Amino acid sequence: MELWFSENHTETVKFSIKVDKQLVSVQSEFQRIDIFESEEFGRFLTLDGYMMLTEKDEFIYHEMITHVPMAVHPHVRKVLVIGAGDGGVIRELTRYKEVEHIDFVEIDELVVKVCREYLPQTACCFDDPRVHAYYEDGLKFVRKHEDEYDLIIVDSTDPFGPGEGLFTKEFYGNCYKALKADGIMVNQHESPFYAADARAMKRAHKRIVESFAISRVYQAHIPTYPSGHWLFGFASKKYHPVHDLNAAGWNALNLKTGYYNTNLHKGAFYLPNYVQEMLHDVE
Amino acid sequence: MSKFIGDAALAESATGNSRKNDDLSQQTTAPILEALEEFKQMRLVPFDVPGHKRGKGNKELTDFLGERCLTVDVNSMKQLDNLCHPVSCIKAGEELAATAFGAAHAFFMVNGTTSAVQAMVLSVCKKGDKIILPRNVHRSVINALVLCGATPIYINPQTNERLGIALGMKLSEVEAAIRENPEAVAVLVNNPTYYGICSNLKAITELAHRHNMFTLVDEAHGTHFYFGKNLPISAMAAGADFAAASMHKSGGSLTQSSFLLCGTRVNAKHVRQVINLTQTTSGSYLLLSSLDISRRNLALHGEKIFQQVEALVEYARVEINQIGDYYAYSQELINGDSVYDFDITKLSINTLDVGLAGIEVYDLLRDEYDIQIEFGDIGNILAYVSVGDNYKNIERLIGALSEIRRLYKRDRAGMLRHEYITPKVVTTPQEGFYGEKESLTLEESIGHICAEFVMCYPPGIPILAPGEAITEEIIEYIKYAKDKGCSMTGPEDMEINRLNVLRGGY
Repeated sequence: MELWFSENHTETVKFSIKVDKQLVSVQSEFQRIDIFESEEFGRFLTLDGYMMLTEKDEFIYHEMITHVPMAVHPHVRKVLVIGAGDGGVIRELTRYKEVEHIDFVEIDELVVKVCREYLPQTACCFDDPRVHAYYEDGLKFVRKHEDEYDLIIVDSTDPFGPGEGLFTKEFYGNCYKALKADGIMVNQHESPFYAADARAMKRAHKRIVESFAISRVYQAHIPTYPSGHWLFGFASKKYHPVHDLNAAGWNALNLKTGYYNTNLHKGAFYLPNYVQEMLHDVE
Repeated sequence: MSKFIGDAALAESATGNSRKNDDLSQQTTAPILEALEEFKQMRLVPFDVPGHKRGKGNKELTDFLGERCLTVDVNSMKQLDNLCHPVSCIKAGEELAATAFGAAHAFFMVNGTTSAVQAMVLSVCKKGDKIILPRNVHRSVINALVLCGATPIYINPQTNERLGIALGMKLSEVEAAIRENPEAVAVLVNNPTYYGICSNLKAITELAHRHNMFTLVDEAHGTHFYFGKNLPISAMAAGADFAAASMHKSGGSLTQSSFLLCGTRVNAKHVRQVINLTQTTSGSYLLLSSLDISRRNLALHGEKIFQQVEALVEYARVEINQIGDYYAYSQELINGDSVYDFDITKLSINTLDVGLAGIEVYDLLRDEYDIQIEFGDIGNILAYVSVGDNYKNIERLIGALSEIRRLYKRDRAGMLRHEYITPKVVTTPQEGFYGEKESLTLEESIGHICAEFVMCYPPGIPILAPGEAITEEIIEYIKYAKDKGCSMTGPEDMEINRLNVLRGGY
């Protein structure tokens, strides 16, 4: 017997992982949630059939979306995390003692329940007393906050499903409003490689540039995402992602990481020419 | 057409919005849909129009619209009935629609609610007749007067000073108009206005009937009144004689499809003849089947559907009013007369305290936030919310409005407020339209009689209609609306720099 999970990365490109067994499959109000067990990638979570994370490569995504802003902002005390029902971002954030308060907003509570049961590797830290969970629409939550957060992390799904509202100008604008005068927003920024992803990437960048004084994009290599070449957005009111990097300060924290380091931090902001051109087109 | 108004019929109509279809089981059929399904099974060889022959002759169109759509784009034939002279499936569909809406007769209309409005006016008015109506009607009403030569007796609607919008008609003003024009043949009522405002339809209907006049109701924005709970009274429930109901708005059918509903006093056979004066003889089965399917859906599920819409709109209203400066109004406007009732499914929002014209917010929503709303005018916007919406999209709208206020709010000094300017009617719309005319610049036209329509579309309510005096205030309004980005329509001059006026001035 051969059981394979396949995801179309484009209409003519397919990515497959051989599955040992399916651990759970449930339909929530918003989406279908599946967790599989595989030999190569360990357990992996898919939403509506789209790969969200695997146990083998999730560290790359979660470290890069969390440690990059944490190494720039001098004192992150209050954080808003939107999306991220798998808990990976929360896990990385709770490693910082200076973080006093984390508001965690996820629209689909069932994702959290399923991950708590089947993905303890990421869903390990929801019970940290600093974490306050809200199961509601991210746009609605952020709209009601002003001048409150040092950091907002937007760990959304792709802009073609429940995550669509998190790729809009009204969302980025409301994030700007919810941030303090030196706040930073980091977001999952799609991929530049395949045309449909690239369109979403450019659109998101355009909308962020319109809202924030500083808007830069950085990259990471994530094997199970389409093309493997993935981007993150760094939008900020005050701090520059490279010039204001406090490498010594971050290294003094002695956090053990598998992907991120402060040299790679700088390098991640140096983008391939074709990506620079795409970004330039919409700036 | 002969007028007959019986007291017995009046008494019968004195009930609420209770539909007469107590037995919903008969509403589960859709005769036009079923006839089309059967027709497809027959696999006829088409040697008739349309020439695309089920799409095979126009690949590009078929690729775009889909084969299933093109296979039922067919012409009238025996097994599919004929819209101009219905005897089988269209007749059955119309009877089901009449029952669903509590009407004595329902006509399937395929040329928009415009054609339904025109048909009801043309059914009761001829040259020289008088018809009593509010001036804030849709252009289709005045179009009908251009065609038939009837004289409008306008009742100037009350206006709300805070919002700048026209309200409904006061009962006392309708009474006065009837007293001064006892020979008038009909009273026309908007139920509701675009903004959601209703007049006292039942009392106006009874008043008109007491004076042997017909009641005509433009219900383009009120189809849902027939199916939802807690909504204003529908025309048929109020005992009105005609209603033009836009199924393609809140009813969910395809654009351009509509119902003309008639009460018991109306000679439906005469109305059919009037409709056939201007109606296509090749009625689209795409439109007809969409009416049939949507009627069934509303009859079976309408109450639940509009409950959901009400909940969505109510949520949006509360949230938008919390943003500040925006005013999403509702039933608090009700004053027992010029705002007799309010349609709570309408999300109408006044924007003036944000320092932005409605049309400016409308443009910002589309250009900056990828959100298309129904219309924006001088001081208001209307977001059309329907069964197709969900909370995520509502959140986007609220979020975007909040952002627009944060980023664009300015002082409201110098902003025009009124959507409505009381017109000076000099001659009938027909004389104004067909009279000998000349073209003048906007400035030159002041003091002359207009020979064409000028309006912002949407909402399509004329600022000027043929036969009305052009005043400085109106020209100032037109320039302001153009400047703010309103989409102006009506005049021959597409740029609206010149207007056609009646030769000789006034």
